[in-house]
Amino acid sequence: MNAVAVAAVRDAEVPVSERGPSPRQVIVSYGFWLFLLSDIIVFSAFFAAYAVLAGRDAGGPGGSQLFHRGHVLAETGCLLFSSFACAMMSLAIGLRHRRLMVLGAVLTFALGAAFLGLELTEFGDMLARGATPVRSAFLSAFFALVGLHGLHVATGLAWLVVMMAQVFTLGWRPMVLGRLVCFSLFWHALDIVWIGVFTIVYLGAR
Amino acid sequence: MGKLTWDAIPLHEPIPLITGAVVMLALLAVLALATLKGWWPCLWREWITSTDHKRIGVMYVLLAMVMLVRGFADALMMRSHLALAAGNARGYLPPPHFDQVFSAHGTIMIFFVGMAFMVGLMNFVVPLQIGARDVAFPVLNSVSFWLTAAGALLINVSLVVGEFARTGWLAYPPLSELAYSPGVGVDYWLWSLQIAGVGTLLSGINLVTTILKMRTPGMGYGRMPIFTWTALAANLLIIAAFPILTGSLAMLALDRYLGFHFFTNELGGNMMMYVNLIWAWGHPEVYILVLPAFGIYSEVIPTFAGKRLFGYRSMAAATMGICVVSFMVWLHHFFTMGAGADVNAFFGIATSVIAIPTGVKIFNWLFTMYGGTLRFELPLMWAIGFMLLFVIGGATGVLLAIPPADFQLHNSQFLVAHFHNVIIPGVLFGAFAGYNYWFPKAFGFRLHRGLGAASFWCWAIGFVLAFMPLYVLGLAGATRRMQHYPETQWQPLMVVALVGALALLVGIVLMVAQLAVSVRQRDRLRDTTGDPWDGRTLEWATPSPPPAWNFAALPQVDGIDAFWEAKRCNGGTLKLADGEGARPLHLPRPTPLGVVVAFFAFFAGFGAVWHLAWMACCALACIVAACLARAWRTELEVEIDPARIAAFERGARA
Repeated sequence: MNAVAVAAVRDAEVPVSERGPSPRQVIVSYGFWLFLLSDIIVFSAFFAAYAVLAGRDAGGPGGSQLFHRGHVLAETGCLLFSSFACAMMSLAIGLRHRRLMVLGAVLTFALGAAFLGLELTEFGDMLARGATPVRSAFLSAFFALVGLHGLHVATGLAWLVVMMAQVFTLGWRPMVLGRLVCFSLFWHALDIVWIGVFTIVYLGAR
Repeated sequence: MGKLTWDAIPLHEPIPLITGAVVMLALLAVLALATLKGWWPCLWREWITSTDHKRIGVMYVLLAMVMLVRGFADALMMRSHLALAAGNARGYLPPPHFDQVFSAHGTIMIFFVGMAFMVGLMNFVVPLQIGARDVAFPVLNSVSFWLTAAGALLINVSLVVGEFARTGWLAYPPLSELAYSPGVGVDYWLWSLQIAGVGTLLSGINLVTTILKMRTPGMGYGRMPIFTWTALAANLLIIAAFPILTGSLAMLALDRYLGFHFFTNELGGNMMMYVNLIWAWGHPEVYILVLPAFGIYSEVIPTFAGKRLFGYRSMAAATMGICVVSFMVWLHHFFTMGAGADVNAFFGIATSVIAIPTGVKIFNWLFTMYGGTLRFELPLMWAIGFMLLFVIGGATGVLLAIPPADFQLHNSQFLVAHFHNVIIPGVLFGAFAGYNYWFPKAFGFRLHRGLGAASFWCWAIGFVLAFMPLYVLGLAGATRRMQHYPETQWQPLMVVALVGALALLVGIVLMVAQLAVSVRQRDRLRDTTGDPWDGRTLEWATPSPPPAWNFAALPQVDGIDAFWEAKRCNGGTLKLADGEGARPLHLPRPTPLGVVVAFFAFFAGFGAVWHLAWMACCALACIVAACLARAWRTELEVEIDPARIAAFERGARA
């Protein structure tokens, strides 16, 4: 038997937990998954705070007066399509196709930036109407939760720019490819969080 | 300069000023010594920029020991003050100062002594126990350590620049809100914990990934040493709990800095939400500290009983059971919130349930010792001291878990006695057992036995004298955080507690002496075998100190206590995994990234404390720049030539 066949037989007999250290790329992605889980727990603390404080508007404006569902739907569309573009980008990376990757990255960035722009417009509008975070506990929790997500999106956009620069200066190294995988995990995780925000904050507005 | 003026230096308060001066002189003396002796290049290359998990582990433990002295100084001040402040006497610490002292004591002991000690031991031991060459992310490990050190530095700077929080170690609002704590004390607390907390979170991710993804061939879950099991449980808890701390601290910071209303009295804020959130982190935190200590006892007891651990599977199951249930008990810290009988009953029962897996562990240790040949070396002494004293703390914990009893005992000295009774004999004795146990592995010589035994007896007796009186005082009505008491009949017990604290002081002095004497007599205490205690797990199969690569070839493991089996059947030579042989190994290069990031994180924190926006922003920009610079480095590893490895292996065997 050749070496590959021997390894295949051994792997079939040895339980997964006894096969020894995983390859580097698996370790990196696994660690990043754990980081994302911990990040989601940070969000869950802010979600919990929002759930407790949602009704505490202290006589100030409430959610149903402040939120425009159409506006938020457009935001959601931008973010979800940005994730779609990010998945396309990952496929292009799998093919090592630089131009397709750039196309995916530009779309990802543009849609993400549009999301952020819409969110900032919404915030600006609320602030102009006196609905500031210091007005009530409800608004504090709202701005902190939605703002924290926005901060993550902004960080992701900066990271995307850095990753493009890395691909163009360092090429397709395993190190760079690993970071690209982590970026796409991060970008999709922000979608999951946004689904929570959309449902709990905007659809659940009182 | 934001809020920072010359008034921040407490020129009119002699205690912090003199302490600060002494600490700074000591620090300058150490720096001068290092400069005169020409140690800097070596320190920089081998320690400060090291990514070796063993070096980082040692630095964590060193940090913990230095902080133990700081935290204990606070404790001694409180005990001596309370021995005096009865009846008409006022003691020597005015209330604002006393409040800072107890807040700093709790914060330092938990975050920078308990956590640093345990994370250090896990860092050092876990990769060796699972047959790995390092942790999953060695550079991140260095960043984690230095962030913890930056948090410790920030909290100590508060001694001489400004003030520390007067709010207790968890800074409950509304007291910790700007309206009631307008000074910078709470901000020091916030930012030092935020910085150290991020470090801890990253180290938790690192160790979980290491344990789950980097075990040597053959080491399935049912073959991991129990210390590795407890490290897994503790680090899972870190990943699940520390983000809640990060979130709660961020909310309190938003309240204090930007006028948000998460926890304020007015405009809808809800301060009890803070108490819930902080304990949703805080209770798992207790188990993050104590589970690794349980793991240490589970290594020490079989080794010094010369027997396999009784009930390996039940031990692992109990560990994971505690890991899960620890998230369901947080409300017992505030039964008096008034959540109602049903809620309190649920949390009371959940709390009592934790006693079951803990009891399983105690019985497993007892049955391991039963019929064994006990060798009363230092680690076993700490372990037996733990078992005798910890069960008292466990029993009073179950007592406090009963809501009606808790309503009487809440925030009394009884509670203070209880949690010191689980943390000192539980966590600290475990840390000291581990320190004595693995010291020869780290440095190649044992610690002095006589001085270590004397230190142990001072700790054990000092603990009993210092804390048993507090149970009585608590039942008599003495409250926690009390700066003065009118009842002179409490004074004798307060004096007994002071005597206990002085015995603990002697214990600490003896511990320092033990280290100093052991270093001087290292040739006499030298261990050349790498296995001074007749150990059972893989770390004892390596030379002491282990080489940078830990294992030249990865071992193949076929059961628990792999090294013990190898000694029994194969003369102590481990079976090697398939395909392992002489070939070059790749180790991460040393990098200054960790220390640079932490340096700027300290200034970001300091700038935030004093409202120096320019300083905080510049420091954050520097952190980003440092990380970006690192992201373009491509020469990340050094290759170690097989000839060097082979030469080392021959030297170690000779």
